[in-house]
Amino acid sequence: MRDEIEKFDVQSTKVKELVKESKPPKKNKGKLKYLKENYTLYLFLLPAIILVFIFNYMPMYGVLIAFKDYNVAQGILGSDWVGLDHFRSFLSSPNFLLIFSNTIKLSLYGLIFGFPVPIILALMLNQIRRTSIKKNIQLILYAPHFISTVVLAGMIFIFLSPAGPVNAILAPFTNGPISFMSNPDHFRTIFVTSGIWQGAGFSSIVYVAALSNTDPQLHDAATIDGASLLQRIWHIDFQVLKPVMAVLFILAIGGIMGVGFEKAYLLQTDMNIPASEVIDTYVYKRGLLAGDWSFGAAVGLFNTIIGLILLVITNTVVKKLNGETLY
Amino acid sequence: MAANHLINNSKADRFILLLNKIILSLLVLIIIVPLIYVVLGSFLQPSILVTRGLSLNPDHWTLDGYIRIFQDGSIVRGFFNSLFYAGSFTLVSVTFTVLAGYSLSIKDLVGGKAIIIFFLFAMFFNGGMIPTYLVVRSLGLVNTPWALILPGSIGIWNIILCRTFFRGLPNELKEAARIDGASDFRIFISIILPLSKPIIFVIALFAFIGQWNSYFNAMIYLDDRSLYPLQLVLREILVQNEVPQGMIADQLARAEMQRMAEMIKYSSIVVSSLPLMVMYPFFQKYFEKGVMVGSLK
Repeated sequence: MRDEIEKFDVQSTKVKELVKESKPPKKNKGKLKYLKENYTLYLFLLPAIILVFIFNYMPMYGVLIAFKDYNVAQGILGSDWVGLDHFRSFLSSPNFLLIFSNTIKLSLYGLIFGFPVPIILALMLNQIRRTSIKKNIQLILYAPHFISTVVLAGMIFIFLSPAGPVNAILAPFTNGPISFMSNPDHFRTIFVTSGIWQGAGFSSIVYVAALSNTDPQLHDAATIDGASLLQRIWHIDFQVLKPVMAVLFILAIGGIMGVGFEKAYLLQTDMNIPASEVIDTYVYKRGLLAGDWSFGAAVGLFNTIIGLILLVITNTVVKKLNGETLY
Repeated sequence: MAANHLINNSKADRFILLLNKIILSLLVLIIIVPLIYVVLGSFLQPSILVTRGLSLNPDHWTLDGYIRIFQDGSIVRGFFNSLFYAGSFTLVSVTFTVLAGYSLSIKDLVGGKAIIIFFLFAMFFNGGMIPTYLVVRSLGLVNTPWALILPGSIGIWNIILCRTFFRGLPNELKEAARIDGASDFRIFISIILPLSKPIIFVIALFAFIGQWNSYFNAMIYLDDRSLYPLQLVLREILVQNEVPQGMIADQLARAEMQRMAEMIKYSSIVVSSLPLMVMYPFFQKYFEKGVMVGSLK
């Protein structure tokens, strides 16, 4: 393959000079003629544009129903305007504070406990010298990432059930089995811990790759100067990871309002709702299950806006501190 | 590397390296023990696993869970439905994403800038769950496979990745082919595609696995049980605790039914996760590559 490319290359550079002379300047062509000659390129774009228009732009227009009393018969345009009524009724509902703080807490705990783990993992993996051993450890650490959310939730229910293995291990220390899944106090711990178990290994890939690009001479020089292992990890490896950390951190903050609600919904039981109800599960239940379309759309829009604001704020703060930005 | 090895001989450093190995081994155990437990539980009766641990008594071992899964249709049908949805989604997604990425990689494409802005805007803003649902419903896609295949099939980030990749290919290749009279279509098929196999493979892999493992869209768009993908069937068994009656109805005693249902949970986890778990080591380097191209700006 490589050879072919190179051959092609040599030939084409010769030809290129000819092309330059023979090619008529583009600007003189009419627009119609341009379209006619390049219609294939536009044809290539057409399916993607249509699909994005239908499934991304039409829903954006549909957000209008957040400000209306939508009913199917009257359609989006025909329904009556209600202004900010749905937002007001959400913000003043007794559930609001609970749901909002559940959302924030769940993702903040996830971030505080979950963010450092992949970094530490990468630093630890970086100290394993034998490539074959390192590869095998990585193979195992990445594996849970490929388990589906449903299976993960199923495993959690199995392991934490009153007759399950975790209670069997804890039995000597407790009075009777703990019903983990029906106690809101345990929900956040379960959610965050299982998230780390599933995702930390895979998230470390980026950091491992960044470390593998570190100049080994830095380490040699530091060692000659008498730096200990921990000092080298802190002053060299950790510094290498900083820019990557900044970008991932901004992204994580931007995603705070979108906590893995698909997992939260699966882990929800009637008993743990005081801790497990987050904005998106609420939108799903009120909007889709109960058919309260406008209210659901309004709550969803509220969520999106808070997420965007958080993204912009974090980006600005990190830029000031670090000089790294997302956009 | 070798030099690095020589200089690590202070006592404190060696202690830290040892500690590092011990902690990593523990972490590997934490990952692997729950997985092994589920696999064992699918062959051993789970209640025995909890009360007596790993029993070597052959009477306790059984393939009953698996036999029941394959006798009852739901999981098998879900498996093939998922295969169809994930396969079609991947095909649609990869084809249209790569085509769009190619056109946008042409530097002097008239209107290219506007089209990119059109895509980028859709990446940062979205209508949300309810308006999207209403669009899908108004198109009559609810309760059809299209509801899982079309929405979200155009990964905008992937279009940008492809565009960047195509821009990196030597322009002379295209120019030369054009002199030889090749059309845009011909250039794309015979020159660009063969050079882009790795990036296409990575995009396809992530699209397939994402769709295979997802349940949420299926849950909101599909009512018809015969259309259920594997993850929805699993959700009934594992989360809602509703093991299909066909799998356990022959058991008369309630306790026995309960015991069987418990075992079927373990077996269905294994059956549904096995394909990915077996394939994944072979694709590991592609996953790493995928994460890396995804993280580069």
